[in-house]
Amino acid sequence: MKIAVVVQRYGQAINGGAELHARYIAEHLAKHAEVEVLTTCATDYVTWRNELAPGVETINGVVVRRFRVKRERDPRLFGRRSDRVFEQPHSLGDELDWLDAEGPTSPALIDYITRHGSEYDYCLFFSYRYYHAYYGVRAAAPRAILVPTAERDAAIGLTMFRAIFQGVRAVMYNSHEERTMIQAASGNHDLPSVVVGIGSDIVQSPQPGRFRQKYNIRGPFAIYVGRIDKNKGCAELFEFFQGYLHDPSGKLSLVLIGTSILPVPEHPRIRHLGFVDDTDKFDAMAAADLLIMPSYFESLSMVALEAWGTGRPVLSNGKCDVLKGQSIRSNAGLYYETYSEFLETLHALEHNRWLNAALGRNGRQFFREHYDWPVVERKYLDMFERLSLEPPGKPMDSLPGWLERRRQNLPPAEYVLAGLPNGPSLADRREASVALETDHSARDISEPEARVEERHDRVRSTGGGSRPHQRRGYNRSRRSGGPPR
Amino acid sequence: MSDFNVRSDSVDVEQIMEQIRARIREKRGVDYTEQQLRELAAVKLEKFLDPRGVRSDLLQRFKERQPQYEKPRLPLYTFEDTTIYETHRGPLQWIRKMLQPLLKLLFNPNPIIHALHSQVEINALNLEREEAQVKRRMEMESLYYEIIHNLVFELTRSGIEVKNLKMRVESLASRLEFNERRARALESVVVYKGASDESEEPATSAARPEPNQAPVPVAMSASAPLMPAPAQPVQPSAGASVPAEGPGQRSRRRRRRRGRRSGPPASAVMGAPAEGSIDEDSAGEQAATVEDGESAESPRTEASSGDGDHLTGSGPDPDQQ
Repeated sequence: MKIAVVVQRYGQAINGGAELHARYIAEHLAKHAEVEVLTTCATDYVTWRNELAPGVETINGVVVRRFRVKRERDPRLFGRRSDRVFEQPHSLGDELDWLDAEGPTSPALIDYITRHGSEYDYCLFFSYRYYHAYYGVRAAAPRAILVPTAERDAAIGLTMFRAIFQGVRAVMYNSHEERTMIQAASGNHDLPSVVVGIGSDIVQSPQPGRFRQKYNIRGPFAIYVGRIDKNKGCAELFEFFQGYLHDPSGKLSLVLIGTSILPVPEHPRIRHLGFVDDTDKFDAMAAADLLIMPSYFESLSMVALEAWGTGRPVLSNGKCDVLKGQSIRSNAGLYYETYSEFLETLHALEHNRWLNAALGRNGRQFFREHYDWPVVERKYLDMFERLSLEPPGKPMDSLPGWLERRRQNLPPAEYVLAGLPNGPSLADRREASVALETDHSARDISEPEARVEERHDRVRSTGGGSRPHQRRGYNRSRRSGGPPR
Repeated sequence: MSDFNVRSDSVDVEQIMEQIRARIREKRGVDYTEQQLRELAAVKLEKFLDPRGVRSDLLQRFKERQPQYEKPRLPLYTFEDTTIYETHRGPLQWIRKMLQPLLKLLFNPNPIIHALHSQVEINALNLEREEAQVKRRMEMESLYYEIIHNLVFELTRSGIEVKNLKMRVESLASRLEFNERRARALESVVVYKGASDESEEPATSAARPEPNQAPVPVAMSASAPLMPAPAQPVQPSAGASVPAEGPGQRSRRRRRRRGRRSGPPASAVMGAPAEGSIDEDSAGEQAATVEDGESAESPRTEASSGDGDHLTGSGPDPDQQ
């Protein structure tokens, strides 16, 4: 089997989310298939300047083909076109112009896919919103598999991407929320898809003591790993944590790992360690009481997954649908939306050791079941196998004519985005809980008659016999360990 | 901090979050600490009740929030009857002038030129009018701000006054209540005394002899009704007329006192119950009565001796009244 991984940038020094995702997937699939990466010569996602030589090279055993970017991005033009398509009624031509302005405009890469696409069994396209994915999918639609890495931003509301989401053979989503959003935006419910995400190489025996000794950190602490940036919610985190520091019952410190763009408050209980290597990072996670993830927008938080892999609970920003959904699905983390909730959840994780440990255990289990590399690899291989059994895909329709592309009949992308469903996607979980409930009800029926009678008497005596939904609530409460209300 | 009621191994994050939110709601209702209450009270006073705080920058903040007026950038071009033929290329202008009659033969551009010219003027007028309107609005808004400011100020002051008056009313009410109670208590005491004075006063004076007057019980009891003013010696007029104490009298009296102290107490002699539970004041009082007893022993002598200790006392001895 020969697979092409098509991504906007590629390299060991490139640590962007989707690019790193693509590299990990390419390297892990290389164990099972012949993998080739098709990418550009750019390393900077703002300018798309050609900084690497075109041609073929091998990185970590994977063949990489680089193609030149035709022109760098003009930020002004891109800004103008973004305003146009995001905020005003526009035409398909405007959207295509926006895509050209966004880049990385590499006709050579698309040319190669058009000519050599048939040599690959499948082409994995990463990041739906870039030039390479849009035109690449059109060029190799019968074997195109999309890894959208979509966030909740206005680009998802652009009409031109509907054809892409509907025209590929399959979609590999990062999260349930992403799937819900894309399916609502494009209506591609019938397309084969799976929520995969990405694995992580967790250090198996981290040394918390070593970390504490190396950085002279004593006492319990919460950890944040990532870029310290306002866009990542760090300003809010600092504000909330400084409020927490006024509480005499709270003993946690805050340890920050990552490069800082935002000034870090000066306080003895807030430590910024800067960039550290993976060993120290996992040692730190093992030493921490919890990980705080304050970001508002995440398509998949690798750091949260790593914390769960290390057996640590995560306190995340509930305004981020993906993080909230993952916390609920995994039962491995709490979330906050307000300062009061931040304080209470932090207190709960700090003082309730049992809760902390239980969430950590759940996190480890969740990671093993869904994000361990063998699981992720298996999901990809299963998808390839499934597609091989289905009839081959069809080429996509060509773009409409010049006049049709100039019709100003498309709504602003922001408007479309506002209409998409938000909040965590818990349909699967609810279905599972309903199934579990049904199962328990069936088991209840098979109980000895005497106990059933006794329960009926109790229900009659409390006057709750005429409300089945109350009985269900009572049973659920007991099963999940909560107090009967 | 209280733990969550999650007892089984299967943690349900949604349930925990529900409990956390319930706790927050509960806490907001009743569970404020003293410190939090103080902070809240301070904040309230600072922000709403303190007139200085209100006066300080309210108007300024209103003004800051009001965006500065920026004149809209409209394409204000001029449009005259020659505009449609204008060009920076000389020959072209000449050709257009030459072909102008031909153009006018085909259609009449004058109404269009006139309309566009009028439109330009209308645009300019509209712009001026809009600018004037915005200016007037801003002036009016500043007046409104002033009014709001004064209203807030007056309201705040009234609020404080109301609060002060409420407190004053409360204070007066409590004082009135106290005074009423006191009056009732005093009334009852007066009634009680009136009844007891008649029956008890002679009995007590007869049944309770002063322990320190033990050496002269008979003299005291006999002389009391006969001598209406035993405090006579302390009267300054009397003291002034008596002769001075003799040279050996004081030392003799001191010796007598010492001898009496070394002996059994007068109460024991008289068979009265011992006053072991007496406090220091009553002991002092007792000592005073000893001296009074002495003076009572020979009132005339004391009076005639003119002892300064007694004369400079704070008044007649109650035991002698």
